[in-house]
Amino acid sequence: MDWTVWLEITIKGAILCFILLGGFAYLTWYERRALARMQVRVGPNRAGPQGLLQPIADAVKLIFKEEYTPPHVYKVVFVIAPVLTVVSSLILAAVIPLGTSFNLFGREIWLYVSNINVGILYVMSIASVAVYGIVLAGWSSNNKYAMLGGIRSSAQMVSYELALGLCFTIAILLGNSMNLIDIVNAQRGLWFVVVQPVGALIFWIATLAEVNRAPFDMPEAEQELTAGFHSEYSGMKFALFFMAEYQKMIVVSMLLATLFFGGYLGPWVDQYPLLGPVYLFAKVIILLFGMIWVRATWPRIRYDRLMSFGWKILIPLTLALAFITATGILLAQELNNQIYFWSIPVLSIISLLIATAVVYHDLRRKAHGRI
Amino acid sequence: MSVFSPIIELGRGLGETFRSFVAEPTVTYQYPEEKRTVRQRYRGRHTLRRYENGLEKCIGCSLCAAACPSNAIFVEASENTDEKRFSPGQRYASTYEINMLRCIYCGFCEDACPTEAIVLGDNYELSFTDRRHAIYTKELLLEPVPVADMLTPRQTDAGVYTRSVPEMQDSTD
Repeated sequence: MDWTVWLEITIKGAILCFILLGGFAYLTWYERRALARMQVRVGPNRAGPQGLLQPIADAVKLIFKEEYTPPHVYKVVFVIAPVLTVVSSLILAAVIPLGTSFNLFGREIWLYVSNINVGILYVMSIASVAVYGIVLAGWSSNNKYAMLGGIRSSAQMVSYELALGLCFTIAILLGNSMNLIDIVNAQRGLWFVVVQPVGALIFWIATLAEVNRAPFDMPEAEQELTAGFHSEYSGMKFALFFMAEYQKMIVVSMLLATLFFGGYLGPWVDQYPLLGPVYLFAKVIILLFGMIWVRATWPRIRYDRLMSFGWKILIPLTLALAFITATGILLAQELNNQIYFWSIPVLSIISLLIATAVVYHDLRRKAHGRI
Repeated sequence: MSVFSPIIELGRGLGETFRSFVAEPTVTYQYPEEKRTVRQRYRGRHTLRRYENGLEKCIGCSLCAAACPSNAIFVEASENTDEKRFSPGQRYASTYEINMLRCIYCGFCEDACPTEAIVLGDNYELSFTDRRHAIYTKELLLEPVPVADMLTPRQTDAGVYTRSVPEMQDSTD
């Protein structure tokens, strides 16, 4: 490979890193302002116009903060754990296509960092590696409560990764490929969220649990009660965990937009390829608003209910959805009748309603004491 | 249908939050450009009041110092003469200091004062750069004179201001 390819990859990687780092900082601003507005108050509006310099003020404060490494920690792993978490959240974004391609200096530049033809497998693997960062952070803190917090958090993430994997399977079935670019191209006629709305919903719920975000943020709440996996961290290392959480939020929103909401597709994106990132950005902003909206509204789910929801409700439901999707596609192909294709959303919504009824009766039974 | 209530109730919660996002004006006061009006009997910075004729109400009895739960008030009394009169009656407060950092702004001094001299007002924006500057002396606490020539100390006619505590007009007030 000649040096221009290396240069292109390096520049694209650097730009992606800067986008994610800047995005993380301004996501904290967006979240604080939106959350405040929902709570009938104004968020930070003093540090710069509309508080736009607040993330910079926070970054400067964290850099100057005293970094105290407790003497009882296992130092090597203690330092590596936040790095592992952050790096895995950054490199997840490498396969997400931000657009098609455009011409610059005679080269055709594709708007993604790499085109792996098993892109979804890559995403699943990196999401699983991210769990290591958390459990290692808890273990290296040499503190039994931090260890338990780390284990609980990683158990939650692993349980919801199963439902997440099945939702990825649904997207693969609909897009007929594991390559993210082929999936986006398959959505040129119809976004997958129209075909499989419940799949998108379950994907979103599972990613909320993956990033430890409300209403699945019991580990995060535990940190306030000094029993969480990063209770021994301070200063820049704590900032890295914080950064990893917000970057994962951005990246999973990009994934949801790519897999179910058409990614970079929108009107006139073929004539003006640079509109692709703009559309993806708009969709990510709306999905992030959904995450913030949920954080402002729903109470935290208790840990045992969280685990039982993930294993007993989501996994059977997503198995049913995968079955419905596969059967619908097969019947539509074999019998050459599009009506079977439209059975997919109908049957999925019916299965969601059945799952809701099951949850309702289960909660009622427990509330009346008849466990 | 109540069997779908898990989803319906979640949706209703989201609707309520969205409603307050778009339709509810914020309740934040942008301090210091906008300040909230203080309540009617707000207890803020102290003032030593005067009568309409300019004489100080404070007679240096130090009942306020005795009532103060945090020992923030220091009073030294001296004798008034008709040539140099600060307050009606025999006594006046020659030294009156309140330590604003010890004060808890409870208003017991205001309740204890027999002449209604010390009162707590509306000002809450007190700040100091040094702990010693927090000890407010009588000059800082005393109310300004209503008319410039009613300054204290001043000479008054003999025999007019003999009562320290004014006569009670209404025993039920």
